[in-house]
Amino acid sequence: MENYSVYVPRLVTKRENFAPGHRACIGCGEALAVRLACKALGQKTIIVTATGCIEIISSQLPYTSWRVPWIHTLFENTAAVASGIESGLKILMKKGRIAQQEITVVAMAGDGGTSDIGIQALSGALERGHNFLYLCFDNEAYMNTGIQRSSATPFGASTTTSPAGKVSIGQVTWKKNMPAIAAAHNIPYVATACPSYPIDLMAKVEKGAATPGPAYVHILSVCPTGWRCATDLTIRIGRLAVETGIFPLYEVENGKYRLNFDFPKLRPVTDYMKLQGRFRHLSEDVINKIQQRVSAEYAELKEKASEGKG
Amino acid sequence: MTKPEGELTWRDLEIGSIVTEAGNASQYQTGDWRSERPIFDNNKCIKCGLCYIFCPEGCIGQNAEGYFDADLFYCKGCGICARECWPKAISMVPEEE
Repeated sequence: MENYSVYVPRLVTKRENFAPGHRACIGCGEALAVRLACKALGQKTIIVTATGCIEIISSQLPYTSWRVPWIHTLFENTAAVASGIESGLKILMKKGRIAQQEITVVAMAGDGGTSDIGIQALSGALERGHNFLYLCFDNEAYMNTGIQRSSATPFGASTTTSPAGKVSIGQVTWKKNMPAIAAAHNIPYVATACPSYPIDLMAKVEKGAATPGPAYVHILSVCPTGWRCATDLTIRIGRLAVETGIFPLYEVENGKYRLNFDFPKLRPVTDYMKLQGRFRHLSEDVINKIQQRVSAEYAELKEKASEGKG
Repeated sequence: MTKPEGELTWRDLEIGSIVTEAGNASQYQTGDWRSERPIFDNNKCIKCGLCYIFCPEGCIGQNAEGYFDADLFYCKGCGICARECWPKAISMVPEEE
């Protein structure tokens, strides 16, 4: 163990709570993120999953990939079901029907289930202060139904419902800043993570699960099918999203911002975009526009982090 | 499961379509999706475990000697392990059958 940081992947738990044999596309970043999150969560967990990629890849009847109690819900009520489970456990423990113990309730949803359809239930659950962890696996479109745009699709991305062509540049609206919306509820813990930084992701999921009260972790999940990229580039693209400042990794603990990876100089956004077919049509003007927006947002985030407040 | 998937009928389903066997997806072979197979060169391997942590299938395991190998029953051949292996101990070769 001469160089601890190099060998650290070997030190994580070998137990897979998300069984292999799931039907995720080849090179799926979301399946990797779920696998890592389940490793971090451990056995005493109840998972609630919205409709979406994670649900259809993991639970094709008569098979299931889950080795922890798991329930499937609709898009719109993931956070509501998780709140109900949390309250139910609390009351059962109070009445002595089950032994007093720590059980983590986790809600998982995709970006559509979080930022479009499930946002009202999520907002309600965050506001009521239930003790649960919400994981959003953001692959930036409705991938399981065939790459339709969601409000988390980035500006300029070509999807089947925002196709690029002579008239359109693809998606014409900017990505909804979901972690900021979660942080605006003044909840104890909000974080962004990416499976390209696996140890960081597992630490954040663990921290979110241990936080009393609601916690929200937004996880960027590279989707080779929908992003039109090579399957072996999943990890590299996730890393580039962080290094270019498009998806900065940060935590908001009780309103205090902290940047986890602060690069002295960001890479240009083209490094990230040129690997993906969904951005291949973009002209230099549009890329410059995106670059300006990314730099401005990163500077804003950095300022919040240096002030140590929101 | 007591019966193979092809022989199951609706009568064998639990009420509410509950699956009572945790993690039984591990009986399902995804290895036949593969068009490329990872080959591990143990002379170059430094046993860091990056391939293990980055595998979306979770099909890479460590053997008794500490080297890593992919379970080809599950491996879909995405090539992430080969791309991320910085000593370049893993290479992808086409499946020829």
